[in-house]
Amino acid sequence: MPAPQAQDWYNRRMATVLEAKNLVKRYPGASVNAVDGLSLAVPEGICFGLLGPNGAGKTTSIEIMEGISTPTSGEVLYRGRPIGPDFKERSGIQFQATALQDHLSVREVLQLFGSLYPRSVPIADLAKLCDLGEFLDRDAKKLSGGQRQRVLLAVALVNDPDVIFLDEPTTGLDPQARRNFWDLVRLIRGKGKSILLTTHYMEEAHELCDEVAIVDRGRVIAQGEPDRLLKEHFDGVTIEIPKEDFRATAASLPGKVVERDGAVEIMTHEVEKTVAALLAAGSPLGRLKIRPRSLEDLFLELTGRGMRE
Amino acid sequence: MISPRRFAAVFVARSKEFLRDRGALAWNLAFPLIAVFGMAFIFSGDHQEVFKIGVVGEAAALPAGLHATKYVTFVDFPDEEAGQQRLRRHQIDLLVAPGKPLHYWINETSPKGYLVEKVLLGTDAAVPAPIRGVVTGRPIRYVDWLVSGLLAMNMMFSALFGVGYSIVRYRKNGVLKRLKATPLSAFEFLAAQVASRLCLILAVFAIVYHGADFFLHFQRLGSMLDLYIIFTIGATCLISLGLLIAARANSEELAGGLLNLLSWPMMFLSGVWFSLEGAPKPIRLFANAFPLTHVIDAARAVMTEGATLGQVADHLYFLIGMTVSCLLVGAWSFRWE
Repeated sequence: MPAPQAQDWYNRRMATVLEAKNLVKRYPGASVNAVDGLSLAVPEGICFGLLGPNGAGKTTSIEIMEGISTPTSGEVLYRGRPIGPDFKERSGIQFQATALQDHLSVREVLQLFGSLYPRSVPIADLAKLCDLGEFLDRDAKKLSGGQRQRVLLAVALVNDPDVIFLDEPTTGLDPQARRNFWDLVRLIRGKGKSILLTTHYMEEAHELCDEVAIVDRGRVIAQGEPDRLLKEHFDGVTIEIPKEDFRATAASLPGKVVERDGAVEIMTHEVEKTVAALLAAGSPLGRLKIRPRSLEDLFLELTGRGMRE
Repeated sequence: MISPRRFAAVFVARSKEFLRDRGALAWNLAFPLIAVFGMAFIFSGDHQEVFKIGVVGEAAALPAGLHATKYVTFVDFPDEEAGQQRLRRHQIDLLVAPGKPLHYWINETSPKGYLVEKVLLGTDAAVPAPIRGVVTGRPIRYVDWLVSGLLAMNMMFSALFGVGYSIVRYRKNGVLKRLKATPLSAFEFLAAQVASRLCLILAVFAIVYHGADFFLHFQRLGSMLDLYIIFTIGATCLISLGLLIAARANSEELAGGLLNLLSWPMMFLSGVWFSLEGAPKPIRLFANAFPLTHVIDAARAVMTEGATLGQVADHLYFLIGMTVSCLLVGAWSFRWE
């Protein structure tokens, strides 16, 4: 019998806050479905990642779940009931590309959006949470990429939502700004909010998400906790060696060999044998890297294609 | 149902945005002021090179000596009232009714009338002694006639482009999509855009009209309140037309093209610069389909003829009908994305 606190965490963890059931979206005139029977369930209070390459149907899927776009078929449930107009009051959205009204300061943008909801979070609290203090009275147009994304996140939080949708929130940010944004997402998740995030950065998904759904061609091809998914599919490591240093043949190596981004990757659980085979073939090992398997490898494993192909 | 809180929030945001866009604001004020003062300056000289005497009936019936006077043009009027009306506004310098004795009227505030009277009394028309009548009235200058058209034209550009273009820009850059994700309704959003732009247009109208009036002393025969009512109805109609264009267009180029397609013919064929009274009938019919024609005709009738709202009701009905149609179709077909 778990302790009461753990039981409570477990119950909350198991409650599904948002569920997509067999979503299909076909745009007029298109020959294939942009979303092709996508189903997933987002447990309460976690950061859930929708992961996949550009064009996989992530944005279309998340927009259907936000209630912004209507599916050709299928339905979206919020706490077990189909989403309706009042879902807007319970959800917060950060779109992939959004401009803010011209000539308004950050404070005025937050005031505007706050006034559109029946209840809103005080601006001082939002500014503190999202660290907007230094540019709260600056024209929203004159912000850096990272500052802008923090403002857009504050806008998404202005109505104190239960569910927050973040569509590719760190695309185009420099590494430092990206890490700052990740800290912010962790902080918000720590407040018990449920977050649905799309990204094509596997590292981001691994860093932030308690659970991920890997999407390809409008369908979920794998779903679960990142580490568990990797464990289920892999029991080895990836050995990476620059292409020009690779002198062996694929057949001589104990593992799957692929070529990616100018390097040869050998996915194996027999490190010693692989290294020995490479040495025997005369490959210099000075630039050889051994790393654990990543979500990117998993995508490759499942689809036969790289994320950036 | 419209939420006053949400309506007010969008109204305030939109108005702030405009007032802080210094370039657009300056242009909205500067353009009509430059146009009004420019026209007043260009047409300030007296280009009437001859004296004009109005004749009740036919000029041929006048005493031969008067009729033969050089540098005088005679204009026939069907009756005394029509002639006096023109005389009051200095459009003719003197009005004569042939007969024995001859009857004539002058406008005592007109210097040219004074001179023409001296001329008349120096001809055979002076015997037997003619009967002198007097009318009063300030002249209607070209600028008095033009100001309604210029202000209406400025209002048209502000309404069509200020609303239509900005909504399309918002659609394209995702601002509308972000607003769609909130409880704000399309109707609340559109109503706030209309209200914000209407206040702005009326403020610009007031500043430009009264500012220019301070220096140019417009001759306005009708009521100022009527003029405000006509401009309010006209601005609402033109803003609604802008909304209709913006309801679905998703590129600024398309919206810009459509707005130009509408505004340019209106600029030239709605009687801003010249009267369409003498234009061919097909052109007049075509021009009557434009809301701007009706705004200008109504405003000018109040300004230069002292018309009341009742006398220009047909124009106002047209504008109100068009407003309702544009708003209904615009709200029905509006797309956030």
